[in-house]
Formats: sequence, structure tokens, C-alpha cells
Amino acid sequence: MKKIYLFIFFFCWVTSTVTAQVDPSLLRRIPQDTSKPQLNMDAVYNRPFLQAGKLPVALGGYAEANYQYLQQDGVTEGHQFQMRRLTLFVSSSIANRIKFLSEIEFEDGTKEINIEFASVDIEFNPLLNFRGGIVMNPIGAFNQNHDGPKWEFVDRPLSATQMLPATFSNVGFGLYGKQYRKDWVYAYEVYLTNGFDDRVIANGENKTFLPATKENPDRFEESFNGSPLVTGKVALRNNKAGELGLSYMGGVYNKYQEDGLRLDKKRRVNVFAIDFNTTVSKTKTVVNGEWAWVKVDVPDTYSEQFGEKQQGGFIDLVQPVFKKPVFGFEKSVINVALRLEYVDWNKGKFSATGSNIADDIFSLVPAISWRPGAQTVLRLNYRYNWQKDILGNPASKLAGFQFGIATYF
Amino acid sequence: MKKLFIIFFLVTGIVACQKLLPGAPGDDEILDGPIEGLTAEQNLVFLRGDIAFNDDVFTPANGLGPIFVATSCASCHAGDGKGHPFTMLTRFGQTDVTGNQFLHLGGPQLQHRAIPGFQPEQIPAGATFAKFMPPANTGLGLLDAVPDAVLAGLSDENDINGDGISGRPNWLSIPVYAVPRPASVLQNGKYMGRFGKKAAAYDLLQQTANAYNQDIGIASVFEPNDTYSGLPIDPEVSTQIVNDVVFYLKTLKPPVQRNQQDADIQSGRQVFLNTGCGNCHTPQLTTGFSPVAALSNRTFFPYTDMLLHDMGPGLNDGYTEGSAATAEWKTPALWGLGLSKNSQGGQYFLLHDGRARSIEEAITLHAGEGSQSKNNFQQLAPADKARLIKFLESL
Repeated sequence: MKKIYLFIFFFCWVTSTVTAQVDPSLLRRIPQDTSKPQLNMDAVYNRPFLQAGKLPVALGGYAEANYQYLQQDGVTEGHQFQMRRLTLFVSSSIANRIKFLSEIEFEDGTKEINIEFASVDIEFNPLLNFRGGIVMNPIGAFNQNHDGPKWEFVDRPLSATQMLPATFSNVGFGLYGKQYRKDWVYAYEVYLTNGFDDRVIANGENKTFLPATKENPDRFEESFNGSPLVTGKVALRNNKAGELGLSYMGGVYNKYQEDGLRLDKKRRVNVFAIDFNTTVSKTKTVVNGEWAWVKVDVPDTYSEQFGEKQQGGFIDLVQPVFKKPVFGFEKSVINVALRLEYVDWNKGKFSATGSNIADDIFSLVPAISWRPGAQTVLRLNYRYNWQKDILGNPASKLAGFQFGIATYF
Repeated sequence: MKKLFIIFFLVTGIVACQKLLPGAPGDDEILDGPIEGLTAEQNLVFLRGDIAFNDDVFTPANGLGPIFVATSCASCHAGDGKGHPFTMLTRFGQTDVTGNQFLHLGGPQLQHRAIPGFQPEQIPAGATFAKFMPPANTGLGLLDAVPDAVLAGLSDENDINGDGISGRPNWLSIPVYAVPRPASVLQNGKYMGRFGKKAAAYDLLQQTANAYNQDIGIASVFEPNDTYSGLPIDPEVSTQIVNDVVFYLKTLKPPVQRNQQDADIQSGRQVFLNTGCGNCHTPQLTTGFSPVAALSNRTFFPYTDMLLHDMGPGLNDGYTEGSAATAEWKTPALWGLGLSKNSQGGQYFLLHDGRARSIEEAITLHAGEGSQSKNNFQQLAPADKARLIKFLESL
């Protein structure tokens, strides 16, 4: 009995101490910078952080969980509950104009643990910043601006995850800068990093598949072939018209030499992307889209199963329809949304027949979302995919319902 | 009243959700799926084989090549159906039946693709060759379970009945790992082949082990040689996986005929028989005993006799396999013919090398032992031709 009393006393003492430690009054939310127009490239820092007192360290993160019931051609895996992501950010101001940010992501529980971002930024001038460490390659918009709570859709765009390797980050260095001119912002980024490997054409997907590179466990330790990947982006934003980004990512993906011996010629991956986002001022409709083209030097001796050209993208339309307090949430917004997306993994013609190679997917995702506040979203999606195999045989159809919650914390 | 409304909306919601989910295609619309009557244990093995056949992809890291034709089984047999010219095989050899003289030069199959850094194979000088369209995989277990005696009974090597048709088995030496069927019929110590365009594979194990090796460049305990070096290497696929794939192929369901009660289709079947097509494309066979009960003693409708027939000079590619002469081809099963387009990208690529772009063209390319039937077909009234084609498309 004495032990039980001791335990209760100890428990109460510990919990009261812990409560004191998480006293909200000691923590403050760092207000997001709304003084200047933000670009996709600002997304890594443009997040809600929590700071304890005057510590020069801020913490943050987000979590995404969902339920889904999908059915493909009459076959379903039933009711699935998924913890898609838990992401933690730590940022710190090391000195005036020197800062550090890291982002660690746990996907599907702890099935995948990735350092998505871990970079030091040094500002020499607003137009000249140095960034080094694990950087997010700025190809398209989604790769940089991918936090779940920002989106009305449970799934990430197919073109971003099944054609481009979002979220793709690599070790390297680069420069970026921005300039503000009245209603305009101009920005650039350019990085040299480690890059792709031969999984691009040697993977379990049986197609040219850039995301397979992410499976290389050594990619943060060494370059697969010693050739840097170049990633660059220019973006401009007009306060009225929206943001337009043009980006490029390219480099050698194969191991063309080893121990000084020539194994193959250098084979390149080149990716071009265009992204655009705006808010229609009259209706407050948010339009956000991205389209990318991939070109891969596939050996002539390889199978046509592996495409030399790919293309795909998405467009999201988000329409706020109800902006009034709901259940006491003062900043509550209900949106309806629609995503249209398409990926063609193998753009070309069969040499044997001259007919088109298919291997594509089209998807339609209507959605309803409720945001009790800007940082939290509950979303209900209905997804319908039409996917054709390489020969263009009758499409496999997948459809179903997804419900999820995503929030910054 | 309020409760009624709630129930109404719940039911409406459930029905709407069901409508919004894509249903399964009809059993007669697809080739994939197990034969009826498998036990739970057999279903598990079928699923393992299904995954290995349809999902496993080979890369250099797990044994692909270095020279190869395809990177997975499913690459050549989309939805378990016929292949496409993009996955066509080429086999090379010579014109006589003394055995392939080019095995030391990479025969019998051309691996015309290679992983980076390697050069694909070339057809050696002096070799003849034929192109082979990958066949559909369905119903193979039933064909495998037909007793040799049944096929021997259909054979008429010397055309004793004088109908101009002289089907015969391809007599083969079987690989050491093949287990002869009970009550095998032999000729000069050789066994009846029954799989492949020229019936050069004895059973589904030989067919599967050869396909792993010759199509994908994967060595197994059954076919242990590397196709590039010709040397024995460690197995790159487990015996368990090969056995699972064999079981999967054995237990894939036979294609289901569509619209069997349609008057035109029934009439077309009669036209088919009247024109003599059924003399080689034997409509009905019956299996003997099989350890898989679902395959045992079953009557089925494959429209093949599994025998070799001389198809005339137009289809003579100058290439032999086993005892099959250069113009001889095994009667292909016609079941599933109407679903070919669904695995061939919406087009027909028929006959052994896909040269026929329609059923009618395939018929008119018949010669040799098929001449009489072709002539009969060509003399049919347009309406009868249409009914015959409609019947074939229903298979």
C-alpha cells in the first residue's frame, strides 16, 4: 500500500512538472511573414513555428492521417487507416543572417524516415544567399511546398510522386535570391547536389521511374556516379496575377565508369517544369498547377518498356464556399476543390508498329475540406483513376473515398 | 418520419457509394482469375504465383539479363492474354530436324535486348529464324491434363482418313527435371510436346523455366545456364517461385465464351464445323486425372488438338523445333480469341508471328493442311462468314 501512495505522489509530481514545462504562456507562435508576397521557394521557412521564450530555436511540424476505401476493378483492400506522415521541423538563428532549418519526416509510421531538409542559409544580400546541406531540389512547385496541411487533398499529386520524385532532396550547395519591385517579386535558385542513379531504369515499377532513386540508402553519403545534379529555378510573382515558376533539373544518372574503367556513356535525366498559382480576386478561387516534362537517355539496347520521355502535371481548383465560425472556430472555412491530374510515363511510339505507347493515368479528385483554422484541415476526397498499361489496353479503374486530417503543430 | 428519412438517406448513400466504385469486369470479359474449385490452400499458391508472374520485375540487381527479351512475365502477357509485336520473340536455328545447331551461339532464342554496357545478341550467320508472338496463358492446366492417349487418338500422321489433314505430335526428348505424365505415349523414346508455337515444350515446368531463362535471362535450378556466357551460375529465381508460377499457369481459368445463346453465334459455330475448321481446332477435350481436383476429368472447349500441322509455304519460316518441320505449327487454341484485342492494345496480331491483323486475314493465310477449310471459308456467303467471325469473337 505504501508503494502505491509513493507511486501516486511521484506521478502527480511528475505530471505537474511536465504541465509546467508545456505551459502555453511560455511558448509563442512565430507569426508567419505576411508583409511580403511569398513564393513557393519560401515554403520551407514559411511555416508555423513555436518558440520557447527567447531561445533562438523554433520547433514545428505537421502530421497527416487518413482513412480510405478504394476499389480497383471490383477488388478492394477494404477499410484502411493510415498515418501517412509525421514531420518535425527545427529552425534556429545561429547569428544575424545565418540560420539553420531541418525537416525530418516519418512516413507510414516508421517505415520510411528521411531527412528532407537540413541546411544552413547565409544571407550576403537579399539577392545572394548561400545554402548548403540537404536541400530540397526546386523542381516544380510541389517539391518545395508539400506540407500536408496546405493542401485540400489526401494524396499528393501523382505527377509529383509517381513521375517526379517528390519530395526529392539531396546533399549539395547553392545560391538563391529575391528582389521586390512594387507589385513584383523576382527570384532564382540554383544548386549543385548529388543526383539520380540507375534505379531510374532498373526498378520494380518496370518503367522509367525517377522516384526509385529515393530508395538508394547511400545517396546522402555519396554520389552514385560523381556527376552533380544541377537544379535551377526562376520565379516571378505579381501581387495581382500570381506566381509563375520555371525550373530545370538535370544530370547523369548511370554509373558510366568505375575504378577508372569506362562502363557506358554518360546518360542524362533532364526535367523541365512550369508551375503557376494565383487567387482569382473576384471569386477567391485558388488555382494551383504544375506540369513537368522528363527526358531520359535510355540505352537503345533496353526495352521500350522504359520511356525516354514522360510528362504530367496537375491543376487544383479550391473555392472557399463558407467563411463563418463553425463550432466556435472563428476562422473556419469550408472549401470545395477539384484536382485534375495526368501522367504519361512513356511518351512515344512502338518501333514495331508505329502505334502510340500508352502507360498513362488520368485522375479526377473532387474534394470538400473544412479548415477550422488556417493550420488544420479535414478533407473528404473522392478519387477516380483511369490507368492504361503500356499497350493501351482497356483502362484499369480505381476509385474510392478518402478522409483525412492534416495539421501543423 | 425522421427515422425513415435517416434510413432513406443512409441507404441512398450506400447505394451511391457502391455506384461510385468501379465494379469487377464480367468473368467472360477477362482472362485473369483462378479456375473454379480450388481449395483455400490452392488459392494461396495461386496468389503467390500471380504475384510472381504479374508483379515481379527483374533488374540487373536481381538477375535480369545481361541479355534479355523482357523484364517480367507480365511484360509479354498483359492480363494473361496474347502479346504484342513489341514483345515478340525470335528463335533461330536451321531448316532440318536434326536438333538446333546454333545452341553454342546463343540459340534457340534471340535475346535482342541488353542491360547498359552489354550488347544484345545477333542472329548468327547461316541461321534461319522465326518470330513468335507470346500466347495467352489461360486454361493451360486443362490442356496439360489431357492424357497423351487422347492426343494420340486425334493424330493422323499418315492421313489414313484421307481428309487432307495429318496432325501429329512433336516428339521430344524431355529435360531431366521433367516428370513424365502417367500413361505417357512414347515414340522411339520421345515424348509428346504440347506447349509453345511448335509444341516444343513438354510441360508447364519446362515452359516456365525456359521462359525465365530465355526471355528474362534468369537462371534457375532447372535451367542453370547464363544466357550470355553459357556457363552455369547460381539460381537467380527460387525453385519455390518457379513452382508457384507453374501452379498459377496451371490453374488460370479457361476463357469463358460470351453470348453463347445468341442465334448468330450458335449458327456461326455450325458454320465453323461445316467448313472443317474443327478438324484441327478440336472443339472439345476432356482431361484425365489431375492431382488438382479442379482440373480432373473435366470437359472443356479449347478449339485445339495440340498437334502439328503443315500450314503451307506462306507460313514456312524455315525454322524447326524438336521434330516439327519448318512449315508445321501447333494448332493454337481459339478460346479467348475474342479477348485478344484487350491484351494487344486494341488490335489483332494473330498467327504465330502476329502477321494477321484480323480473324479473316488469319483464316485466309491458312494453307497446307488448312487449305480446304480456307477454301470453304472463302466460298461462304457474306452472312455466314459474318456469323463464323462472330462465333470466333465470342470465344
